[in-house]
This record gives sequence, C-alpha cells and structure tokens, in this order.
Amino acid sequence: MTSDSTAEERRLRGVPVYPGVVIGKAHLVDRSRVKIMYQYLVNDDRVQSEARRFETAVRTVEKQLLAIKNEMPGRVKEHSFILDSHLLILKDSMLYGSTLDRILAEKINAEWALKKSLENLKEIFRQIDDEYISNRISDVENVTERIMRTLAGEPGQSLSDIDQRVIITAHDLSPADTTELNIGKVMGFITDVGGRTSHTAIMAQALEIPAVVGLEKATALVDDNDLLIVDGSTGDVIIDPDEETIIRYQEKALQLEKYKSSIARKSHLPAQTVDGHRVPITANIEFLEEVAAVREYGGEGIGLYRTEFLYLRSRGFPTEEELFEDYREVAEIMYPFPVSIRTLDLGGDKFASALDISKEMNPALGLRAIRFCLNEPEIFKVQLRAILRASAHGKIQLMFPMISGLQEIIAAKQILGEVKQELEEKGIEYDREIKVGIMIEVPSAVIMAEILAQHVDFFSIGTNDLIQYALAIDRVNEHVAYMYQPFHPAILKMIQHVVEMAKKAGIAVSLCGEMASDPLCISVLLGLGLDALSMNARTIPLVKNIIRQLSMEQARTEFEKVICLPTASEVREFIQDRTRELVPELAQTGYLSE
Amino acid sequence: MESIKTLKIRNSLGLHARAAAKIVELGNRYHARLFLKKDGQEVDGSSILSILTLSCPKDTEMEARIVGADAEQFMEALNALFEEKFGEKK
Repeated sequence: MTSDSTAEERRLRGVPVYPGVVIGKAHLVDRSRVKIMYQYLVNDDRVQSEARRFETAVRTVEKQLLAIKNEMPGRVKEHSFILDSHLLILKDSMLYGSTLDRILAEKINAEWALKKSLENLKEIFRQIDDEYISNRISDVENVTERIMRTLAGEPGQSLSDIDQRVIITAHDLSPADTTELNIGKVMGFITDVGGRTSHTAIMAQALEIPAVVGLEKATALVDDNDLLIVDGSTGDVIIDPDEETIIRYQEKALQLEKYKSSIARKSHLPAQTVDGHRVPITANIEFLEEVAAVREYGGEGIGLYRTEFLYLRSRGFPTEEELFEDYREVAEIMYPFPVSIRTLDLGGDKFASALDISKEMNPALGLRAIRFCLNEPEIFKVQLRAILRASAHGKIQLMFPMISGLQEIIAAKQILGEVKQELEEKGIEYDREIKVGIMIEVPSAVIMAEILAQHVDFFSIGTNDLIQYALAIDRVNEHVAYMYQPFHPAILKMIQHVVEMAKKAGIAVSLCGEMASDPLCISVLLGLGLDALSMNARTIPLVKNIIRQLSMEQARTEFEKVICLPTASEVREFIQDRTRELVPELAQTGYLSE
Repeated sequence: MESIKTLKIRNSLGLHARAAAKIVELGNRYHARLFLKKDGQEVDGSSILSILTLSCPKDTEMEARIVGADAEQFMEALNALFEEKFGEKK
C-alpha cells in the first residue's frame, strides 16, 4: 500500500475472537455515565414526588428488561437467567428499598440516593471473600446504570432499536447488552477491552459473529456511521478504508466464506502430509461441554483437559464423585481417542480463603500446580483417585503440570502409587497401564529433559507458560506483552531439545499451547518432529488442512534454516514468506496478516 | 404463625445467584416472610442480594425462619427446594 489516497485510513489491531471479514457502518454504543448531582429537597411534596419519580423509573426499567427477555432469540435463551437476576436485583430491598428509604429519610434526590445505595452494596460485596459472589456486584452496577439513564430522562440507547446492519463498537459489552442485540442486524463486534475469554468473545463465538476485542482506543477513534472493516481472523480493524482496501477485503470476505466451508467439510479426514506423515490433532478443553465440539471439528482426542474449572466454581472443593463423573464422561465420549487429564494447575492464592495461605507477591512463581498438590497431598489424592477410576471407562492419560525437576516426578508418582494401591485393596477398577506424562513448561525441565524422559511415558510442551518463564515476560502485562514471542530462537531451540530427548528415550512428545493453533507455526512444529499437536477445537479443521498441504521432508529441511536465524523477527519473516508460498490460500483468505 | 427449621446447602456450587434467585421467586408465591440466618447474621429472604452476602458454600447449615399465615406451606416448599439441590444435578 503506497498510494496517497490511503492517508485517511486508520488501522487498529486487537485480539481476534471469531474469524470472518465484515464491512459495514459503526454503531457506537456510548456508555458514558450520567453525571450525578446532589440535591437537597426542601419540602415534603418534593420528597414525595421524588420517591414517585424513582418508582416510575424502576418500573420503566422493569418493562425494558422484560421486553428484552421476551424478544431474545433462541440461541441466547440460556443466558436469560442473567436477565431474571437483574429483574430481582431491580426490586431488591437492598437496592430499591434502601434507595426509597434514603429519598424519604434524607430528603435527597433519587440519583444521589441510588448512588449511595450502590456504594453501600459495593462495600458489602467487596468484603465477601468468595470471588464468584463478590463479582455479582457487576450485575448490580448494570441495573443501577439502567435506572440512572432512565432517571436522566434518556430513553436509553436500546441496542434492540438498531434498524440497519451495523458493526457494534463499544468500550465493553455487558451480558444484558449482548442479549438485547437484534442479532440479525449485527455484522460484527469491536470493543476496547476484553480478551479471548471475555463475555463479548464468548457471545461472538456462540453467535458466530466476527469480532475483535481489546482494541484499546476503538470508541475514541470511531464515530457513529464510520465505515469499518473488521477482520476477525487477524484482529485488524480499518476505519474509513479507501476504495482499494474495500475491494480487497470484499474479495477476502468471499474467499474466507468459501474456504471455511470447504475445510469444515474435510475436518474428519486425517492430517496427513503430502509425503504420508500423519499427525494426530487433539483439542485443549476446559469443560465437559466442549467435548461434543471436539468430535464435530474432527479432533482425535483431548491433548489437554484443564481441570481447574470445577475447583473454581464453588468455594468448597469438588468431591471425588463429582470429578469422577466428569472425567468418566469425557473419556467415554472421546473413546477410542485418548484424553490427557492435567492435574490441578492452580495457585495457592486461589485457595487462600479455604486453606489460610497468605497472598503471594508473585503467584506465577509461587506455590501452584504440582507444588501446591505435593504440599496438599489429600487434595491431590482425591483428584488422582477420580482420574484413575475414570480410566477404567476410556483411554485416559495423566499429566502433571509445572514440573521443574526429577524430584517432583518421583514425589508425584509415589502419591499416585499410594492411590493405586488403595484402589487395588478395595478392588476398584482402573487402567493399570495408564500413561503418566509431564508438562514441559519450566525452563529447568527443558534442560533436564534427558533425565526426566527416563521416568515418564510422554512429554507435553506447554508453550504458553514456557515462553513466559523462559523470556521472563508476564504476558498479561501490557507493557511487555510485545516481547512475548513464540518465534524467539531460544524457544525454538528449547522445543527442539525436548523433542530430541523424548525421541532418544522413545517416549511421545506433543505440544499444546497457542502456538499449535497459529497457522504460521504449523510448518515449524512439523519440522520440529512433534508427535501430536493440541489446540482449541475450532482451529482443528484449519490446522488439519494446512498439514495436508505440507511435506514433512520439506518442513524438516526448512527447519534446519529456521533454527539458525538469530532473532524472532527474522524467524517470523522467513516463515511468513515460506507459508505464503506453500499454503497460498492462507494469505488469500486473510489468515495471514499483511 | 412462625416456622423455624435448619436447612443444609447440598448442591456443589453452594448458594450462588441462580439458587438465591429460586429462593426469592419461591417466596413471591407466599404471603409469609422468610428470614435466613447463618453465623448469627439474619437476612431478608426476599432479597437476592442479602442472601448472596451470606456467602454459603456447599454443606453450610442455615436457619430458616418464616413468619406469616402460610408459613408452614412455605417452609415445606423451601425445604424441598434445598433437598432437591435447587434443581441442580450435583
């Protein structure tokens, strides 16, 4: 792009959360707050009428919420509980009752009284140490904001009123915002905040609407009715694109649609290179509910089952029975494919309330994952028993996270041995041949891989944490996030070493982590000789299709060149060029940024 | 009329928003008023926010006190709601 006519185009880059290209007009959702003024009401008539004004506003909001609930499309009906709870909060004595009381007793205006009630509730909820419950204050804030808007006489910018197809541009979207959207009119979402797991991201995925989040300045730079291009595959957002860009993206949108349906049709075929190497493609999952999607997208097993969710849902620990049921179901649905269950990967900080562990300065380097489990063998044993019992119902593998050296493996296996013994004595069935592996995500484990390989059945390289620990980058810290580089030569050399040591010991080595779902990384990972790749289910059809066009022979030869490059940017450039050449459809369909 | 009974939270998620909402919705069907007490703190059982502030994980025991003409029937239904784990599987 060199022409001067592009001068007015502005580009933003955020986190892509649902792929697809859309071109359309922006609809800015302005959530700037109503300014709240204090007013003292001098006579009783004013006080009474202020109370009536508040009651009327609450009734108006109630009607709005009921209308939203009734018009919700079937696909999002399951989220209607959020609206039910908003309706209850609206009439709750701690919000509604206390605000009315304040208006009458303190003779103040409704806005000020409501603000005081909200502040009081915030204080109460802040003191609740159950994170799930204290977070519910966001529902209270949401309801309060609606009442405030109504009190201010604004009709309330209702998202259900949109009458043309638009791209919703917002700082953030609340659950109520997204549920009241007239889905048929929404082409895409862009937001200032949020990540891959934010509510907007989850809704976009559920509704299959292209979306980019975490753009930081979208609402500041975009005006209502601006023409936008949103590329949900690369995370690019273009404001006021020129004609040339529009034409290019229109083509891209068309191609992408065709491409997506063509790879989806082939997702059940194996990922086999042109020279006959077959690479098992497995999925990373967090909830039991995702397993159906894994099968649908052609996943050949679960490479990483993160087991933290059940532990975070409630303050009490899940029982062995609950865990067993959950693991058994995953194993049964995936059978005959394998399921690798990673044991608890939580920090002690998450259990501070239950176990009286003080807050840590640096939780990433603290008492977490296997360290936490070895420190709390009784908690660990409950999970191990559940996993072993479930292993009688499918093909389960066991994986220990955050191993930093041999001692932890020995200690963990000893506890596993005790649990097995216990099951033997009670005559409870389990898979006696269950494979036990470790996550390679701490640099010391990379260096010790040769020795560790003698003690386990497989390695699974967790690149997200490995990159963070090896490069000393906190990837959620926005000031250093740019240095989080999967293509850093040090990372590639570490993976190479681990693979070599695994092969030497004759054990399997797979990779899970975002690298495995990055189209650019695939040829490098093939060249590295990994036995299997694990990624989020949605990416499986794409990755399988890329592998089908690559040659193992060539990937290996090229890797020899890649591993000699001295910087991450040179590696990226080299791979980008090669990928463009070998899998031209990726650039055409917009999976490779320009 | 007053009815008092100790109830136990049996669902694994504890007394979270959805369960608290069910208690409030149940209460809307009766004239009698419900109060829930845990660790000496008694709250209004018709307020979802008050119930949440009790912060009750699984196995918490709480005292339910219902005052009003149809207290008995209300208590029976409330007890059933706790017993069936608020309609949750686990």
